[in-house]
Amino acid sequence: MERLVFLLSTGLARGAVLALFALSLVIVYRAARVVNFAQAALAVVPVYVAVAVTAATGSYWLGLACALTAGALLGAVVERGLMRRVPQDNPLAGIIVAIGLVMVLQAGLAIAFGPDHRPVHAPFSQRPLTVGGVALMSPYDLFVLLVAAVVMGALAWLFGRTSLGLRMRAAAFAPETSRLLGVRVPRMVTLGWTLSIATAALAALLLVPTGLGLDPHAADVLFVNAFAAAVIGGLDSPVGALAAGLSVGVLASLVTGYASAAAAPPAVLALLTVVLLVRPHGLFAAREARTA
Amino acid sequence: MTTTSSTADPPRLEVSGLTVTFGGLTALTDVSFSVADGETVALIGPNGAGKTTVFNAVCGLVRARHGRVRVDGRPAPSSATGLVGAGISRTLQGLGLFDRLTVLENVLVPLTGVCPSPGPDVARETLDALGLDAVAGVPAGTLPYPERKRVALARALVTRPRLLLLDEPAGGLGPADIDRLAGTVRDVAGAGCSVLLVEHHVDFVAEVADRVVVLDFGHVIACGTPEEVRRDPAVEEAYLGVPAGVSTSSTSGGALVEPVETSDAGESA
Repeated sequence: MERLVFLLSTGLARGAVLALFALSLVIVYRAARVVNFAQAALAVVPVYVAVAVTAATGSYWLGLACALTAGALLGAVVERGLMRRVPQDNPLAGIIVAIGLVMVLQAGLAIAFGPDHRPVHAPFSQRPLTVGGVALMSPYDLFVLLVAAVVMGALAWLFGRTSLGLRMRAAAFAPETSRLLGVRVPRMVTLGWTLSIATAALAALLLVPTGLGLDPHAADVLFVNAFAAAVIGGLDSPVGALAAGLSVGVLASLVTGYASAAAAPPAVLALLTVVLLVRPHGLFAAREARTA
Repeated sequence: MTTTSSTADPPRLEVSGLTVTFGGLTALTDVSFSVADGETVALIGPNGAGKTTVFNAVCGLVRARHGRVRVDGRPAPSSATGLVGAGISRTLQGLGLFDRLTVLENVLVPLTGVCPSPGPDVARETLDALGLDAVAGVPAGTLPYPERKRVALARALVTRPRLLLLDEPAGGLGPADIDRLAGTVRDVAGAGCSVLLVEHHVDFVAEVADRVVVLDFGHVIACGTPEEVRRDPAVEEAYLGVPAGVSTSSTSGGALVEPVETSDAGESA
């Protein structure tokens, strides 16, 4: 029982990171109808910025702020400078450009910083807390859950309660109609990329202290699992990304704890396969497609 | 064929010598008409006559090869995003509602581009006026078609436009809903808003329109009051394909022919 509680609690923390990253994929998909295969590489760049700032100043929090800023700027630059110029009539074009961007960014990071893992220290202890003799999540896991909850709450408020969020949703659902109603759709797409890469960068920054450290491929597995979660939840659904991200995190934790770490990826893929067989558009996908 | 406002001020909408081409196809040829303050003008014509192309030209969705479109004496916005700021609202033939947004959110979207934004109170007032207050929190996609049409109208009216473009507002509605719509259009025009509408329901046109402009193959073939246009032999020929002067008894009952119109361009789902 103690083992189950521990695996569930740590699984929730891992799932929160997955949910954040899955949410970043959903945001960019809703804004630009692109499955951004460059999300992992784009998310790692700001983490290098955070590590550099933290090393220079000794402040994790300044590094965190710089990572979010760098992620937002990177998202805007990639959208304005690259993705906006990709032909929109064929979705494959955007995917191919994204894959090319992955190669350029990861090769560039390896050239600039080397291919080896760099240790990244967490701002809080990663030793599990014990309550009543039962090992639970660590203070860092609690921090991760808290940050994920705050960010998701902020994004929910932005999209659900603000004029800007309403414009972003309108532009995502029906861009041509939105233009007739005065919504500056290209600006909303840029903002979507900005929010998406900043969110992905935060997820990657929260992840790296729990793994081997930082390298150009540090977020690759995170991307694979988060992409599976986003598809399970419904690629168009923020709620789906949240629910599926947490579920995939818990599933991977349980399988790792009771079987082996090697069995976790096949378990996630099995869940993905079952969901796609039962509900091809995901568990929380809306029925209607995007309109003009 | 040109008609102008009788007032000294520039008309609310002035279309002069408008020619629009799509590649080798000429959709509009030297189209001219105007809409005065508070006037309701109906744009009618058979399938493919170019009615929606006129709307698209006014909205900046298509470029004119020749001619000009002016609103309140100034050039019409060159892009769709400038419509709300210029005091122009448009409904779409396919409604173009955001089905997953609530009715209130649908109506709030155009207000987000108005600075300072009037806020939700204005949206709620508009919904009240159109009898939609009870469904304000309901996703628009779940409503029956007549209510969806009213939501589209509310979304167009919420910015208090000076020029309202209605694309087949009566299409798909029953008699009671058409009567209600006619009352709304009259109220809007009575408040000083100019209305340009594309419509096939001739009884509705006769009830609300001060003047009717008839298009055929991109040309203006008639313009006048509904009664004048109804008796115009050129209009009979365009609709029925019979030579001018041949009697067509079917036109005497208030409806010419109601051909099925397909969107010319720029229609949103």
